[in-house]
Amino acid sequence: MNDERPDKIKEPSPTEPAFDTLGTPPQPPVRSREGDITRPTNELAVGEGDVRTAERGEGAFVAGTSLWRDAWKRLLKNKLAVFGLIVVAVITIVCLIGPPILKKLTGFDYSYIPTDSNLTKSFPPFTAPNGAFSWLHPMGTDNAGRDILARVLLGGQISLMVGIISTIVSLIIGVSYGATAGYLGGKVDDVMMRIVDVLYSLPYIILVVVLLAMFGSKSAISQLVLLFIALGAISWLTMARIVRGQVMSLKNQEFVTAARATGVSTTKIIFRHLVPNTLGPVIVYATLTIPQVMLSEAFLSFLGFGVQAPLASWGSLANDGVRNIAIFPWQLIFPGVTMALALFSLNFLGDGLRDALDPQMRKV
Amino acid sequence: MLRFILRRLIVTVPMVIIVVSLTWGLIRLAPGNFYTSEKAIPAAIKKNLDEKYGLDKPWYVQYGRMLKNILKLDFGTSLKYQGQSVNAILARSLPVSATLGILAYLLALIVGVTAGTLAALKQNSRLDYASMALAMLGISLPNFVLGPILVLIFSLTLFLLPPTRWGGFPSVNLILPVITLSAVYMAYIARLTRSGMLEVLRADYIRTARAKGLSERNVVLRHALRGGLMPVVSYTGPALAFLIAGTVVVERIFVYPGLGTYFLNACLNRDEPLIIGIVAFVSISVLIFNLLVDIAYGFIDPRIRY
Repeated sequence: MNDERPDKIKEPSPTEPAFDTLGTPPQPPVRSREGDITRPTNELAVGEGDVRTAERGEGAFVAGTSLWRDAWKRLLKNKLAVFGLIVVAVITIVCLIGPPILKKLTGFDYSYIPTDSNLTKSFPPFTAPNGAFSWLHPMGTDNAGRDILARVLLGGQISLMVGIISTIVSLIIGVSYGATAGYLGGKVDDVMMRIVDVLYSLPYIILVVVLLAMFGSKSAISQLVLLFIALGAISWLTMARIVRGQVMSLKNQEFVTAARATGVSTTKIIFRHLVPNTLGPVIVYATLTIPQVMLSEAFLSFLGFGVQAPLASWGSLANDGVRNIAIFPWQLIFPGVTMALALFSLNFLGDGLRDALDPQMRKV
Repeated sequence: MLRFILRRLIVTVPMVIIVVSLTWGLIRLAPGNFYTSEKAIPAAIKKNLDEKYGLDKPWYVQYGRMLKNILKLDFGTSLKYQGQSVNAILARSLPVSATLGILAYLLALIVGVTAGTLAALKQNSRLDYASMALAMLGISLPNFVLGPILVLIFSLTLFLLPPTRWGGFPSVNLILPVITLSAVYMAYIARLTRSGMLEVLRADYIRTARAKGLSERNVVLRHALRGGLMPVVSYTGPALAFLIAGTVVVERIFVYPGLGTYFLNACLNRDEPLIIGIVAFVSISVLIFNLLVDIAYGFIDPRIRY
């Protein structure tokens, strides 16, 4: 008890500095991730000494750093999170700049099918048509003779795009919706959560199937846009429920009463006082939402309603591979392992962000 | 509390109607109908078909008839599975899916809560890192990748377990599908338990419990677990909805004649009565389940009032 008091005098509430920066709840994880990439050297120089020696939290209070600098330092302490950050960055960059380079080097892109009929079949990795070693297809080819590496890179672009866009949508909708419902309570809460229940009970695969049937799968692009809409519309529900649950147990606490007593408006109480306090679970759940959305997309692709050829996502590639698992296992293993690695790293990064950003963790 | 439960139960009926209406509307808004996928039909036959299925009536008459049947819990006859009522198909396929789902969820709950609690108690230990890394792997591996890999290892290489097919309730055929289905939930539950427990273990009431000299075992099992499991409880509702989606994949990989398989076929065939029957059934289950979760919330955390 005693050692906590000085802290509290210096800094009335551990969450206090969060209010200004975290006024807009959906942004922190995204912004910090971008920030991480753009200013690493600077931060490293500052943080390096503390990384090894400083106790959790203690050094931060003495230094009087900002929440984000502080969080960044703690993130660097977490080896798994750093691993995740590096792998995510590498995968993202390779997926973005890889295809044009590959096209230059080998002449293959994701939709290139060899005209020679001897080549339109599945070759193992690093194997030339005559069975000799070759650098031409490091991941082998699929049934049509297309280069799997090129398709995995394209799949990465699309999978990451689906994951990020839909998660941002889910954060914006879910947090405001859940916090509003939880804080207002009573009839409003009842109606709002019943709406969520209705949406939950919709087996969204029907929604997707019918959407595709209605607007027709005229092109792979229109199918992709429909996929965004469908996944974006369904993935905020759990976020809303979790935030609501948190807000419900927070709203009877003294700091909210205090805020209300000093005449703070309801909107401000929700978004400045309650939402920042739910940030821990929100970030944890957002990190779970990206892989979840990517898995949902993969699930739809597996059932044939997702990304359509010639476009590909990791999900649709794995789906093609599953059919031939006993004969051409590399068709499943490369996209599957790449996808798992990306999700794995995203998860570790998110977990590290949680430990770094959750203000309550500082006391530990 | 009783009023709360009653109110929620009464609300369930209009909600099922809304969900079913949405589904019906979406199916009907799509161009064509269930027989247009087959080859072109002469006008006379088309007229007869329309008459037989009531498609010649105005839409509100068809809608009203559909709703009346749903309220009577009579979902009609399947269009593709000739002569079989939707209720019979539900009765036949539900036990398969329910067995899979319940076993998978129980397995996930037992393993997940244990691993999550241990990880939280020994935060930053090797055990913590190992179980969380394993949980990450569980979340990161899609079940349709995990399933075939398990089959490849345990059935096609080691010849230990059968690769596919439903074999009744206590049967070795269930091992691979149940593991495949539960892996993701196990991982989620372990993570949620860990983060919930970490939060709770720092709470004042845990300090009080320790201060009054309770054994560590008592502190963890009777005091901390109750609060630490709140995120897991609130995840139960969504888990059911996602379990249903998961069974679609697992049933397809392992060729199980469950609800998911019929649902998928119904969607591909535009078998309207079957789609609506399954949607209505699933909606009712999910609504009732969410109600149970909310009731459990109130019991576990007395700070939450309705």
